[in-house]
Amino acid sequence: MNKSLTYGLLLSILMVIAPHADHLPLWVSSLCVGLLLWRAYLTYTGSPLPKRWLLMLITVASIGSIVISFRTLFGREVGVTLLMLLATLKLMELRAARDAMVLIYLACFIIITNFFYSQSIPTALYLLATLMVIVTAWVHLQAQRITLMPRLRIAAVLLLQALPLTLILFILFPRVQGPLWGLPQDAYASSGLDDKMSPGSLSRLSLSEAVAFRVSYPDKIPRRDQMYWRGPVLWDFDGRTWTQGRTVLTITPKFTELDQPIDYVVTLEPHNKTWLFALDMPGKISLPATLSYDFQVLNKEPVNARLRYAARSNLVYHANLQEATRQIQRALQLPKQFNPRAQQLAAEWRAGSKDDADIVRTALSYFNKQAFVYTLEPPLLGINGIDDFLFTTKQGFCEHYASAFVFLMRAANVPARVVTGYLGGEFNDIGNYYIVRQSDAHAWAEVWLADHGWVRVDPTAAIAPERVQRGLSAAVSDNAALPFMARNPPQWLRNLRLNFDTLANQWNQWVLGYDTERQFAFLTRLGMESITWQKIAMDMVAGVGLVIALFALFMLRHLFVRQPDKVQAAWLKLCQKLAKAGLPRAAHEGAQDYAARIAAARPVLADAIRDLAARYSAFRYGTLNDEHAQREFLQRATALKI
Amino acid sequence: MSQSLNNVIQQAEQIILGKPQQIRLALTCLLARGHLLIEDLPGVGKTTLAQVLSRTLGLQFQRIQFTSDLLPADILGVSVYQRDSGEFKFHPGPIFAQMILADEVNRATPKAQSALLEAMEEHQVTIEGVTRALPPPFFVIATQNPAHQIGTFPLPESQLDRFLMRIQMGYPDAQAERGLLSGVDRREIIAKLSPQMERVELLALQKRVRAVFVSPALLDYVQAILRRTREAARYTHGLSPRAGLALLSAARAWAFLDERDAVIPEDVQAVLPGVVSHRLQAVGEYSKQNSDVLVRELIEAVAIP
Repeated sequence: MNKSLTYGLLLSILMVIAPHADHLPLWVSSLCVGLLLWRAYLTYTGSPLPKRWLLMLITVASIGSIVISFRTLFGREVGVTLLMLLATLKLMELRAARDAMVLIYLACFIIITNFFYSQSIPTALYLLATLMVIVTAWVHLQAQRITLMPRLRIAAVLLLQALPLTLILFILFPRVQGPLWGLPQDAYASSGLDDKMSPGSLSRLSLSEAVAFRVSYPDKIPRRDQMYWRGPVLWDFDGRTWTQGRTVLTITPKFTELDQPIDYVVTLEPHNKTWLFALDMPGKISLPATLSYDFQVLNKEPVNARLRYAARSNLVYHANLQEATRQIQRALQLPKQFNPRAQQLAAEWRAGSKDDADIVRTALSYFNKQAFVYTLEPPLLGINGIDDFLFTTKQGFCEHYASAFVFLMRAANVPARVVTGYLGGEFNDIGNYYIVRQSDAHAWAEVWLADHGWVRVDPTAAIAPERVQRGLSAAVSDNAALPFMARNPPQWLRNLRLNFDTLANQWNQWVLGYDTERQFAFLTRLGMESITWQKIAMDMVAGVGLVIALFALFMLRHLFVRQPDKVQAAWLKLCQKLAKAGLPRAAHEGAQDYAARIAAARPVLADAIRDLAARYSAFRYGTLNDEHAQREFLQRATALKI
Repeated sequence: MSQSLNNVIQQAEQIILGKPQQIRLALTCLLARGHLLIEDLPGVGKTTLAQVLSRTLGLQFQRIQFTSDLLPADILGVSVYQRDSGEFKFHPGPIFAQMILADEVNRATPKAQSALLEAMEEHQVTIEGVTRALPPPFFVIATQNPAHQIGTFPLPESQLDRFLMRIQMGYPDAQAERGLLSGVDRREIIAKLSPQMERVELLALQKRVRAVFVSPALLDYVQAILRRTREAARYTHGLSPRAGLALLSAARAWAFLDERDAVIPEDVQAVLPGVVSHRLQAVGEYSKQNSDVLVRELIEAVAIP
């Protein structure tokens, strides 16, 4: 086996298994790298390959380790690990061309496994480069004489030729709903809002740069301080943690619309939970989702693939003016044994106020007047967390304020609940949509007032109005704790990021999000009528056949049409050049005779012209048909100075 | 090209001074499996060329001197009654040789000429109903005196067509003639010549010549030449397809001698005079021209596509 071909195959395997190092056990990666290095060393020194029994031993030991490490021989992770190990072990018995062929197919197959874990643009680009390396090795295997550059060119041409086929297959191949292979356990691991909230949970989430969802507004864009994306609503408090509690369906959620509704389209990243995010208050949604009694939009199943939906919301509303007594009772419950001082403060407010709305105003002005600090890194709180926060530390993130506010309300006998979700987002003026990240996670409160229904109150706005108006980075004082990009990055960097996000969004929408629905819509737009699977499949076969036939026709074109000969054109041009210099070629004069005459007349040109004439004759009258030699001839012919 | 072929050329050039072109053409003809007609005055070295070739190539050689009373049986052989066995026994004539020198072929009557020419075409002879193959590489070098000499039966055009090439020896130049006059007797040198190759090797070379590549572009050129001879008014008739084939095989052999694996137009031009000059006849005013000039004009009239 040729040395450089072996290196090519080593590189192919290395590139194709490298991304897996991120999510497989360390010993797998170490073993693979070790085997690759060993193989490279053997090639470098020209030593013989290891004995068969040694390879068997390593193989059996590897499979044993897999069983011990994963406790199974089935599943995605194990399958990928097995493939990786067997591919690297196959390199150890790379002797004949057949082994190289097997390795190349194996490498191509392992490419696919990388898409189990990531389908982003960088991954796709990386794997494209990997494919290029593999195809180049393959070309090398088939034609050992060709040097590297022509090899790369052939590989590139091959990949480009595959492009139309890829396009047809992409557009027409039947789509499967859900993540790849439709295995539920294969859904994306992801972070996001939880169905409970305790001090620190949101501030931790705020450190994440991950995109939660993207929103575009086809018509009207709401004000920034109206962009409250409603997520889980939390009712039950145990003194530290807010939870959703038991779901009790008592009353149909209902709100009166007080303004023109706003339409928007959300592309939600998978988060493995059922809730969908919508602006307060959601009316219609394009999915078969339900609206819970506390206005959460819930999907039928956990969102484990990127999901796109259109929704309509009213920003001004009266929600559930008629509320069930049981819900009111629930919105007043609190653990009486904790936080006595806060309860006392609330009792004072109750005594000094004429109605519930007055108490809300008092509370907000209390937060506003006292020296509260909005920070990502609040001090730890004791068992009476709310007392500590309100009277001692006075430093907190939105969950502290929402939690304390709702506690105070309930203590003052005003029905209240915590709502979590996202606030605001970053406007991408390149793609004209909003990016809502995990760092935009927010918590606020809702109180129930007799003549207004559920009213949103955001205590954070009373302390740090910038959070609502301009975003997180404007609101927190200690910027250092924020992820770099959530601070104020330089404009060019911000533009770069927005550009990339726009691209990623397009990729999500049109490549990854190209599902059955989009496929049918696209084909309808192309003028296809009454689309069925059979029809699409037939079109796909026909399209692929057509492309292959066209390529075949193109490649066999010399059988039908005689191609204008580049070599001859270059030769005739050279003859013209020489004719201008006073040495015209007679029509009947052969290339070599002509060259001999020129060589005699202009000894300076002798070598060059004899060489060119010999090459020309070899091309035109001989069997020489090498593209590389042809390019060289063309270059020399044009370069010749007379 | 093989080393032994080089030796053959070298040896021939040492004996036949100043005629490298003729030697190459003669070899070309042999390699192309055609027969050679040498037309010139007596005493310019026609016979010497044939003898040198047969000796250096290691071929079994027979010379047939054509005279006006030569009979076909003198060429082909006869069956003689054997008294003791009571049967007829065939006695092969001089034609059963790998290389024949048919000297002064146009001095014989057409009957005797046709006996030779049919054997040349078929590479076999049929005598008294029995067909006998001639030993390969059956190669005939015929010499003839210029047609205007007395006592000749000029070969008809159909017979001339059997020869792949016709070449002329011509007088040697002054320097070569000096060497000839001052040197040793040629016959002595020829007697001392040793064969440079085996017959098998020669047959293999002939086979390789047939494998020399001919490109479509070159076929275009050959066809253009053929078309020109058929369309131009100066020729009595154009070249036949057989002449086209002859031209190609001769050009192949020439390219092979030039150590190339493909034929180029220069090869065609080099063998063109030898291959077509005895096949083309000019009409009217052109007929007085030397046949070389005629061919030169043909070459210049056809552009290389």
